[in-house]
Amino acid sequence: MIRQTFPQPLLSLTIFLLWTVLTNAASPALLLLGASLAIAVPRLTRSFWPHPPRLAKPWRALRFLGVFAVDIVTANWRVARQVSGPLHRLSPALVDVPLDLREPFVATLLASVVSLTPGTMSIDVDRERWVLVIHALDAPDPQALVREIKQRYEMPLREMFGC
Amino acid sequence: MNAATEAAVAALIVLGALFVLLGAVGLARLPDFLTRLHGPTKATTLGVGALLLASAIFFSTGDATGLSLHELAVLFFLFVTAPVTAHLLAKAARHRQASARAKEPPTSTDDECPGGS
Amino acid sequence: MLTAAIEIGFVLIGVALALTLYRLLRGPDTTDRILALDTLGIDAIALLVLFGIHDASTAYFEVALLLALLGFVGTVALCKFLLRGDLIE
Repeated sequence: MIRQTFPQPLLSLTIFLLWTVLTNAASPALLLLGASLAIAVPRLTRSFWPHPPRLAKPWRALRFLGVFAVDIVTANWRVARQVSGPLHRLSPALVDVPLDLREPFVATLLASVVSLTPGTMSIDVDRERWVLVIHALDAPDPQALVREIKQRYEMPLREMFGC
Repeated sequence: MNAATEAAVAALIVLGALFVLLGAVGLARLPDFLTRLHGPTKATTLGVGALLLASAIFFSTGDATGLSLHELAVLFFLFVTAPVTAHLLAKAARHRQASARAKEPPTSTDDECPGGS
Repeated sequence: MLTAAIEIGFVLIGVALALTLYRLLRGPDTTDRILALDTLGIDAIALLVLFGIHDASTAYFEVALLLALLGFVGTVALCKFLLRGDLIE
């Protein structure tokens, strides 16, 4: 029943929250309108979504979001120092990260996470070889970076979506 | 608005503006395009995020009615679009480099190709 | 304290805008200019949000939202143009 009403619970939740936040007034009528949008839009756009990925472990996702938020802030300090310090000490590098996951949506998510955490930027997701090409601002040891990304971001993402 | 929230808003404003500035410094100073891409996508996004948070706190605790959370919509949107923009720009830059190299006489070929390592 | 913080914020973002403008004029490649243009848009959002706090008015918010949306679409369109040499396929 719930699955039928909400074929994509994540999308429905996002739509509802965005609607509520955007209208900036929590009157019952607006909330009701938001709820009906959250039901209608995923249904109308169902045929455009290739494979709705299912969040297997939501509580794991919350913990990941926490780690991610802390990473953004702390690592930004590091980049701030690098950018305003002497530039010749930096060793920028293009690094290939071989992926273990095989789900396009999760790979896109991983690429976005890598892009938002400072110091690294994903440039290409090669879906034939399953390699994530990233550019690092300062990577004296590329192998350590690969290990860190795989362990810190890919593992939790794979656990979350069960793939 | 009491003193504590005012201090928080002020701190978030200064911090946010500082990060926006850092992103621009990175954009102006760094040597090549791919490194330049790092500044605006992260520092600037975080800076605007802090400013939007300051705005949300300011209007939520002000004299006006109730919570003001619509800043979060912009915040969400910026954080979702920043990686996409960066990814597309990096792709475009690599495409242009590759096509510029293809026009030259084929003396040194793709020794810079990152897929080879 | 808040007024002082807002003034500092204005100055910092102003300097950021100047630096971004420098990169926009300097180039050297088209991708640098697109990146600078995109950053200019995001800096403008920051400035608008700050103006909103300064004037204690929510009128600036819609402008910031529109700028965020249009800036993104514009950047994507420009990148697509560079990648394909054509916008409408």
